[in-house]
Amino acid sequence: MKTLKRNIPFLATLSVCVLLYVAAGLNYKGFFSARVFLNFLSDNAVLGVAAIGLTFVILSGGIDLSVGSVVGVVSIVLAILVDGKGIPPAVAIPLVLAAGTIFGAGMGILIHYYALPPFLVTLGGMFFARGLGFMIKMESMPITKLGNIVDAITIPLGGAYEIPATAVVFLAFLAIAIVIAHFTRFGRHVYAIGGNEQSAVLMGLPVARTKLGVYALGGFCSAAAGVVFTFYTSSGNPTAGTGLELDAIAAVVVGGTLLSGGVGLLAGTLVGVLIFGMIQTIITFQGNINSWWTPIIIGLLLLAFILLQKAIQSKRFRTR
Amino acid sequence: MTRVFQTATWRKLQWPLLALALVLLFNFAFTKDFFELTVRDGRLYGSVVDIFNRAAPVMLLALGMTLVIATGGVDLSVGAVMAIAGAVAALLVTKTDLSVAAIIPAALGVALVAGIWNGILVGWLEVPPIVATLILMVSGRGIAQLLTDGQIITFQNRALEFTGRGSFLGLPFAITLVVIVFLVVIFLQTKTAAGLFIESTGDNETASRYAGVNTRAVKLMVYAFCALCAGLAGLIVTTNIAAADSNKAGLWLELDAILATVIGGTALTGGRFYPLGSIVGALLIQSLTTSILTRGVPIEYTLVVKAVVIFAVCLVQSEEFRKVIWRRRVVA
Repeated sequence: MKTLKRNIPFLATLSVCVLLYVAAGLNYKGFFSARVFLNFLSDNAVLGVAAIGLTFVILSGGIDLSVGSVVGVVSIVLAILVDGKGIPPAVAIPLVLAAGTIFGAGMGILIHYYALPPFLVTLGGMFFARGLGFMIKMESMPITKLGNIVDAITIPLGGAYEIPATAVVFLAFLAIAIVIAHFTRFGRHVYAIGGNEQSAVLMGLPVARTKLGVYALGGFCSAAAGVVFTFYTSSGNPTAGTGLELDAIAAVVVGGTLLSGGVGLLAGTLVGVLIFGMIQTIITFQGNINSWWTPIIIGLLLLAFILLQKAIQSKRFRTR
Repeated sequence: MTRVFQTATWRKLQWPLLALALVLLFNFAFTKDFFELTVRDGRLYGSVVDIFNRAAPVMLLALGMTLVIATGGVDLSVGAVMAIAGAVAALLVTKTDLSVAAIIPAALGVALVAGIWNGILVGWLEVPPIVATLILMVSGRGIAQLLTDGQIITFQNRALEFTGRGSFLGLPFAITLVVIVFLVVIFLQTKTAAGLFIESTGDNETASRYAGVNTRAVKLMVYAFCALCAGLAGLIVTTNIAAADSNKAGLWLELDAILATVIGGTALTGGRFYPLGSIVGALLIQSLTTSILTRGVPIEYTLVVKAVVIFAVCLVQSEEFRKVIWRRRVVA
C-alpha cells in the first residue's frame, strides 16, 4: 500500500501516457504502427539519455543546467576528432564520455566541498561548455565515418522493422540506470541524500562520494546524449542541445520525480520522454496545429502534474 | 563618511565594484578612446554610455529578480515575459489604432498578469519557484510565438520607439527608466515596510507567518513586480529594434539577471537584498561583453568569461572556500 501511494504520480503519468496514445491512435490513421512508436524512442533518444542522468541529479536533490551545452560541445568535438583528425570512433567516443564525466565531477566538487548552490554552479557549467563549443568551432560540420557503428547496433525486428541505433542506446541506458537506481548501494544512497542530506550524513553514508558520483553520472549521460545526437544527425554542431536542459527537467518532473529530491522513478522519466514525443507526433499528424502549441501544452502538462503531486503530498501530510 | 563604508551594503558591494573597476581600468589602459564621450544631436555617445544602454534590460530584470530572490525564490520566466510584452506591443501598434498611451499600459498589464500567475503558483499553490516559473518559461515563448504567428513583426511608431531609442537629458531613455525603477525599489526597501517583509519572508518564512506577515501576498507582490520589470525590459528591447522577435527577445536573459543579482551580493537562499549590487552586477556583465567586443576577441569567448565570473563569485562568497584559503595561510 505504501509503495502504491508513493508511486501515484508515476501511475498518473503512465495513465496519461496510455490515454494519450490510445486517443491519438483512434483519431489518426497509422498512429498505432510500430514504426511510429519506435520513432518516439529514436527521435527523443537525445532528450531521453540526458534526462536519465538528470533524474539521478534531481533525485539527489540537485539540479543540472549544463545538460544541453555538454551535448553541443561533445557533438562538435566528436565530429572534429573522427572526421577531422581521423581518430577511430572506438577511441574518440570513450574519450568524450570521459571528458563529460570529469566535467560533471568537477561541478560536483564545487557543489559539495564548497557548499555552492547547484543552480549557480551548473549555470556556470552551462556557459562554460557552450562557450567552449563555440571556441572550438563556430559552424556545424558533417560527419561521414560513423556509419558502421550505427549499422552494428541497429537491431532488426524481422520484416521491414528495426530498432534504430539511437533507440537501442536509449533503452540500454534506461535498463542500466534502473539497475543502478534500484539495485545498487549507490542508488539507495542517492535516494537517501535526496530525502534528507543531513540524516544521510548522520547515518554515515558516503555523502561526498555519492554526490560527486551523481554529478559525474549526469555529465556522463549528457556526453552520451551528445554522442547520440552526433549519430542521429550525422553532424557535429556546437549549438546542439540548446534549451535541452529545460525539456529534460520538464520530462523528469512530468515523469513524477519531485524536484525537492528523494522521490521518483527512472521508469517515470521514460514515460515523461514518451509523452514529450507523443505530443510532438500528434501535432505532426494533426497537421493544422501550429508547432508553437508544443511548449504551451508541455507547460500545461507540467502544471497539471505538479498540482497532482501537491494534492497527494498534502493528503499524506494530513493523514500523518 | 566612515560609517557608510562599514555598512553591510558596502561590504557586499566591494567585490563587484572591484571587479568592475578592474575591467574599466583594463579598458582605460588598453582600449583606445574607451572613455571618450561625444555629443551628437544633443545626445551623448561613447562606450560607457553604450554599456549603460545595453545593460538597461538586464538591470531592470535584475532589480525585479533581486526582490524575488530575496524572498528565497527565483523567476525563470522573465525572458519569456519580455517576449510576450514585446509581441503584445507590436501587435497592438500594427493591428489597431490605439495610441501609445494605451499600448504601453496594455503590454505591461499582460506582463503583470504573467507575474500574478507566478505569484499564485508560488504563494498559494506552494509550487517550488524553479518549477512554477519554468512552466511560464517553457510555455510563455510558445504564447509569444502564437501571438506573432512565428513571424518577426516590424512596426513604425515614433512615440513607441522612444522607449527603446529615444534620449532624455542627453542619455538614452532606457537609462532613465532604470533609474526610476531603481528609485522605486530603494524607496520600497528603505521607506516602507515592504522591504522588511520581503527580507523576513526570505529569511524564515514560517517565523514571518507566525509574526503576522502575509508571506503569500509578499510573494505575489515580488513576482508581479518582477514580471512588470520584465515587461518594461521587453518593451525596451522590442522598440529599440522596432520589431518583435518572439524567438530571440529576452532569450537566456533570465540567467544574466540571476547572475547579476548574485554577483551583487544577494544570496540565492533569500534574506538580505542589495539592489545597487544587482545594478553593479549587470554593469559588470555588460562591460565584460563590451570589452571583449571592442578588443576584437571573438564573441564566443564571452560565454567562457561569464562562466569564469560565475565560478569566481561563487567561490568568493563561499565560506568553505574562505576557510580553506585561511587554513593554508595559517599553515604557511
